[in-house]
Amino acid sequence: MIYREAGDFSTTYQQDSQTFPIRFDRYRYYAILAVAFLLVPFFINDYWANAILLPFLIYAIAAIGLNILVGYCGQVSLGTGGFMAVGAYACYKLMTSFPDVNIFFHVILAGFVTAGVGVIFGLPSLRIKGFYLAVATLAAQFFLVWMFNKFGWFYNYSASGQINAPERSVFGIVVTGPNTHAWATYLFCLVFCVGAALIARNLTRGTMGRTWMAIRDMDIAAEIIGVNPLKAKMTAFAVSSFFVGVAGALFFSVYLGAVEVTEAFGIQKSFIVLFMIIIGGMGSIFGSFAGAAFIVLLPVFLKNVLVGGFGWATDVAAHLELMILGGLIITFLILEPHGLAAFWKTIKEKLRLWPFPH
Amino acid sequence: MPDQVLFAMEVTLNGLMAGVLYSLVALGFVLIFKASGIFNYAQGVMALFAAATLVGIMDGQVPFSHLINAIFGTDLHHFGWHVPALLAIVLTVGVMIVLAWLVQKLVMRHLVNQEPIILFMATIGLAYFLEGLSDLMWGSSIKTLDVGLPQGINDTIDRVTFDAFGYGFFIDNLDIVAAIIAALLVIALMAFNQYTKEGRALRAVADDHQAALSVGISLNFIWVLVWSLAGFVALVAGMMWGAKSGVQFSLSLIALKALPVLMLGGFTSIPGAIVGGLIIGVGEKLFEFLIGPMVGGATENWFAYVLALLFLVFRPQGLFGEKIIERV
Repeated sequence: MIYREAGDFSTTYQQDSQTFPIRFDRYRYYAILAVAFLLVPFFINDYWANAILLPFLIYAIAAIGLNILVGYCGQVSLGTGGFMAVGAYACYKLMTSFPDVNIFFHVILAGFVTAGVGVIFGLPSLRIKGFYLAVATLAAQFFLVWMFNKFGWFYNYSASGQINAPERSVFGIVVTGPNTHAWATYLFCLVFCVGAALIARNLTRGTMGRTWMAIRDMDIAAEIIGVNPLKAKMTAFAVSSFFVGVAGALFFSVYLGAVEVTEAFGIQKSFIVLFMIIIGGMGSIFGSFAGAAFIVLLPVFLKNVLVGGFGWATDVAAHLELMILGGLIITFLILEPHGLAAFWKTIKEKLRLWPFPH
Repeated sequence: MPDQVLFAMEVTLNGLMAGVLYSLVALGFVLIFKASGIFNYAQGVMALFAAATLVGIMDGQVPFSHLINAIFGTDLHHFGWHVPALLAIVLTVGVMIVLAWLVQKLVMRHLVNQEPIILFMATIGLAYFLEGLSDLMWGSSIKTLDVGLPQGINDTIDRVTFDAFGYGFFIDNLDIVAAIIAALLVIALMAFNQYTKEGRALRAVADDHQAALSVGISLNFIWVLVWSLAGFVALVAGMMWGAKSGVQFSLSLIALKALPVLMLGGFTSIPGAIVGGLIIGVGEKLFEFLIGPMVGGATENWFAYVLALLFLVFRPQGLFGEKIIERV
C-alpha cells in the first residue's frame, strides 16, 4: 500500500530524474545509509568486520567495477584478479614512496593507475569479441601476477616477496597496519563503497552509460547510430578498472594488511567476482551488492553449520562447501538467470499492486 | 652443430610433446563447443575427476569414505582389493557416461536457449561441484597413477642422437606414448565423425540445431553423447597428466592452459586444437629457453595467453575457426 508512485508528484525536472522515484524506496535508502554510517560502527567487533563486513564492502566495489564492464558494456573480463593486484601494488608503492600523503588519496590514485593499465589491456577488445575476449583478458591476469612476483621493485625487494601495509591514518585515526579498530576500517571502506555506488549509478544512467549499453546490445548497430566504439569501450574499461583497482587497494591495505600476489589475486579472485555479478544480476548496481553479500555470506554460513553445527572435520566441510557453492550457482542460473536483482524487481512489481492485484 | 642449436632442438621436441598434451585437453572443449555451443570450463576438472576415479577404483577405495566416517563414526577406507588397470578404465568410462547423462539431465536441459555467458557460468559452477565431489569421493591427497605406461628417458633416442650429434636428447617415454595416443584419439574421433550414423548426426547438430531436430535427430541423445565423448577425452588427458605429475588439484588447471590453445586454433576446429596445442607447446618452451632467463623465468605462466592475444588481434577467429560474420 505504501509502495507505489500514486500521490508522489514531481514538480521539478530534478525530482523527475532522481535515482529512486518512489518515496518509499528513497526513505529505505536513507534508512540503510543511516544504519550503515551511524548504527553499525557502534556495534561492530573484529569478527564481524573481518569475516563479513569488510570483505562484503570491498567485493561490492569490485563487483560494481566488473558489472560496468560485463553487465553494462558487455565485455566479458576474467582479469579482475590481475587488476585488483595492480590496485594493491600501486597503493603499496605510493604508500611507501610518499608516506606524508593521506592514504585516502593513495587509494584513489591507485584506482587511476589501474584504470590506465585496464585501458591498455582493453585495447584488444576493439578486435576481439565474446569468449575470445574473455580468454584474452586472462593474459592480463597471468601476466600481471607474474610481473608482480618477478620484479623486486614492485615489492621493494622484501625478502619474502610479500607486501605489507605500513601504518597510516586518516584524521588521526589509524586505518591500516596492525593497530586498527574494527569501526575505523569499516567506516573507511564504507565511504569508498558508497562513493563507488553513487558514481557508478549516475554514470550508468547518463550519456556514458547509454553508450555502453548500446555497445552491449549490438555493437554494429551502436556504431551506425553514432556511438564511438573506441571511446565507449575504453571508458568502460577505464571506469571498471578504476573501481576494481580501488577494491584491490583496500583489499590489500585495509583488509589483509599483507599480501602474497599469487595467493591473494589469483585466477580464483576473477571467478569469484564474476560469480557475484552473475548471481547478483548483470547490469544492476543493486545486483553487485546482492551478489557480493551472497558470495561472502555463503561460506561463513556453511562453515558455521557444517563445522560448528555438525562438528565435521574441516576438510570434509570444505569439500562439501565447494559442492554446495557449485550446486547453488547452477540452481540459481536455472531458476533466475538474471540474478537476484531480477528477483528483487519481481518482488517490487508485486508490491506495487499489493494488496489489490486486479 | 653448436650446443645452443642442439639445446633449442631438444627444447622444441619437448615442446611438441607438451603441446600434444595441451591438445588433448583442448579437444574435449572443441567437441562440446561444436555440438552445443557450450564453452565447457569444467573440462579440466573432469580430467581430474576421471583420473581420481580411476585411481580410486584401481586401489579399491571406498567412495565418500571421509563423509561416511564423519556422519556414522565408522572407519572405512579401502575394500581391500585391487582392480586391474584395463577393467578400471572401462569402469571409469562408465562413470563418465553416467556423469554426462546427469549433467545433461539436471543442468544443461534446463538451460537451453540461454545466453552463452550463462551457460559458461553454469559450467564454472559444475567445475566447482565436480572438484568438491572428487575430493569428497576419493580424498584430496596427491595420488600416484600407474596404469603401466612407460616412463623415464627414451634410451633409443638418447643413443641415436648422441651418435649423430654427440649430444643425447632427453625425451620422456610417457610423452611419446601420449603423442601416439593423442594421434590415435584424433583419428578415431575423425572416423567417428565421418563414418558413423551418430557422428553424422553430431555434425548435423553442430551445423544447425533446429534443422537437425526437424529431420528427427534427438538433441538430448546427441548432447549426452558429446558430454560422454568429452568425458572420455578427459579421462585420457587425466591419465596422461596424472601419470606425469600425480593426480592432484593442479590437474584441473590444465583447462586454463587449454584456453589459449583453443583461441589460437579456433573454438570449432579439431585440427585447430591440435595445431594450436603444438604451437603453444613449442612457443612457450622456446620462449622460456631463449627470453626467459633475461626476465627472471617462469614465463610459461603467461606466454601462451599473450601469444594468443596478439594473434587474435590480427585474426579474430583463430587459425581454423569459422569466419565471424556480423550482421545487424
